[in-house]
Amino acid sequence: MALAAAKQDALAARLGGLARHTGGWLGAAQADALARLTAMGLPTKRDEYWRYSDPSSLTAAVATPAAVFDAGDESPVFDVIDRLKIVFVDGVFDAALSDDLALAGVEIERLADAAGADIHWAQGLYGVLETRGQSPVQRPLAALNTAFATDGVLIRVTGKAAKPVGITYIHRDPTSDVMLHHCIKLEAGAELTLTENGPAAARFTKVLEVEIADGARFHHIRAQGRDHERRAATHIFARLGAEALFKSFTLTANGRLTRNECVIELVGDDSKAHVAGAAMGDGDFHHDDTVFITHQGQRCESRQVFKKVLKNGAVGVFQGKILVKQGAQKTDGYQISQSLLLDGDSQFLAKPELEIYADDVKCSHGSTSGAIDETALYYMRSRGVPLKAAQSLLVLAFLAEAIAEIEDEAIADDIRDRLEGWLARHEH
Amino acid sequence: MLEIKNLHVKLQEEDKVILRGVDLKIGAGEVHAIMGPNGSGKSTLSYVLSGRDGYEVTDGSATLDGQELLEMEPEARAAAGLFLAFQYPVEIPGVGNMTFLRTAVNAQRKARGEEEMSAGDFLKVVRAKAKTLKIDADMLKRPVNVGFSGGEKKRNEILQMAMLEPKMCILDETDSGLDVDAMKLVSEGVNALRDAGRSFLVITHYQRLLDHIKPDVVHIMAAGRIIRTGGPELALEVEQNGYADILAEVV
Ligand SMILES: Nc1ncnc2c1ncn2[C@@H]1O[C@H](COP(=O)(O)OP(=O)(O)OP(=O)(O)O)[C@@H](O)[C@H]1O
Ligand SMILES: [Mg+2]
Repeated sequence: MALAAAKQDALAARLGGLARHTGGWLGAAQADALARLTAMGLPTKRDEYWRYSDPSSLTAAVATPAAVFDAGDESPVFDVIDRLKIVFVDGVFDAALSDDLALAGVEIERLADAAGADIHWAQGLYGVLETRGQSPVQRPLAALNTAFATDGVLIRVTGKAAKPVGITYIHRDPTSDVMLHHCIKLEAGAELTLTENGPAAARFTKVLEVEIADGARFHHIRAQGRDHERRAATHIFARLGAEALFKSFTLTANGRLTRNECVIELVGDDSKAHVAGAAMGDGDFHHDDTVFITHQGQRCESRQVFKKVLKNGAVGVFQGKILVKQGAQKTDGYQISQSLLLDGDSQFLAKPELEIYADDVKCSHGSTSGAIDETALYYMRSRGVPLKAAQSLLVLAFLAEAIAEIEDEAIADDIRDRLEGWLARHEH
Repeated sequence: MLEIKNLHVKLQEEDKVILRGVDLKIGAGEVHAIMGPNGSGKSTLSYVLSGRDGYEVTDGSATLDGQELLEMEPEARAAAGLFLAFQYPVEIPGVGNMTFLRTAVNAQRKARGEEEMSAGDFLKVVRAKAKTLKIDADMLKRPVNVGFSGGEKKRNEILQMAMLEPKMCILDETDSGLDVDAMKLVSEGVNALRDAGRSFLVITHYQRLLDHIKPDVVHIMAAGRIIRTGGPELALEVEQNGYADILAEVV
């Protein structure tokens, strides 16, 4: 009882000052979400699902300020990619920095603009996948976001998008506290690449809901920005039809606290869902990948590939689950989570889980934690490769399996360059 | 070229002494062979010269063209012209053989203040050299030594040597694991590199390799010391009689 009351008090404090959209389809959806959230309360470290990551800075009434990172003259990530740019500065849409929201084969609209309508296609998606993702594990921060998101992007893809859509989040205000919510609907056979980059805010809560119809393909690549003090809780909820593809890769370099949740349902047959991440942490860094993949259709393939490079007391967490429902025969599930600990201070906590109710499936999972291979280092140095370059090659080799999940070679090269840059700046 | 004086080495972590006063002098253009029973310290000598961690030099010195080697980082020794073909080449998952080779070649060039090799030039040279060692394109693309057969690993070492063009080459049992034809290929590769400015130290158990790579001097190492030095005939003697007689003489 005491705990429940404390939870409700914490919730009331967190909601103080937050405003919902009222009226229109969004007002109704947000009111529903608030009801869900109120029933759940906010998470605490005592919740099983938050055992390894303390949510208190995410649930606190006020966001802890975060200094804005100065990238100097380094070009922003993905700048080499020709894409339709949508820019949010501390959560506020910036029309001047953004392109026209017009792209062949794609309808793009801001959530705030669409909110007032009585009927909208996004009604069938906004908060819907999030709600489905609330069981068997509760994700109150996602409901919080659905209830209070101020803006976001609604994208409906009817064909093959002429070019990628890129959302850039700029953090300028050290005290910004931002909630954005995006919905993406890929109609049958459609194809879209979405990039996301930037730290967004001192505290950022985000939900991305993606509906992928039969034969559609969705590629997602994000880089979460370098602001060292920022905190973020992000959620991806995806549902796939038949013969559909979902691929998501996330690069996280720095960040005081990052919780990236990914909830995927393979509903149709013969679909593929791949989620990958590369995280680089130095010092006061806590990074948590929490993934839940449900196989319902037959002959689907899922892959989870998460790699973390940690030093100076950085902490990495992986909670990954594959649930194979009855009837999901010929499922091919693969999960690997690995950390490379560059010193003795860092820590990696992994909780891989398999739950299988079908008899003809192939599922594997593995988790390792290790130091850099000293023999390989010596071998490379004995060929004249300097220590730093040899370390960098070995770290990139360690991350290679995750980076390989990026199909676009130009984007993969860009990510590799960022990783090399990070390694050069964080030499040990 | 290479001069080793009274080299004493022990394991860093344990009180185990492995080298007990090694003396060795190899002139420019010379080929020396070291033979000796298992565990006598041959590989340890090559590791210490190339800068592997885990050993402590308690006495003595080693110089390459007058430069003190033992104080240098492994990469600096390589840039100075030292190369070790490993008895057990190391697998590096995730690092492509070609990427590794090019990084190494260009790092050495950079360290010596030379211009880096362009991607095109590099490719041309590496393909030609790989061909003479019967290393196919697939092996060049694969991660360094991963999934290579024993003999393929050894050939890959020689390819690295051919690309890096070191002046002091140490070959640690490069012949072990090679079939008869591969041994010929590798020996030809080594012989092609022989010239007045380049020296070799060939560690082997078998006279057979020395039929192909003709040594000027043969040393016998036992219990961490060079106990005998002679001409090519010394290798023949070992081949015929084993080490018993030689060891007995010393004691
Ligand atoms: N790191 C180590 N830890 C423990 N013992 C070691 C280590 N390195 C070398 N030794 C020991 O030192 C001795 C010399 O080893 P080394 O590998 O140099 O012999 P070798 O002459 O190359 O033998 P082989 O002909 O079998 O290759 C051996 O007894 C070996 O077990
Ligand atoms: Mg040996």
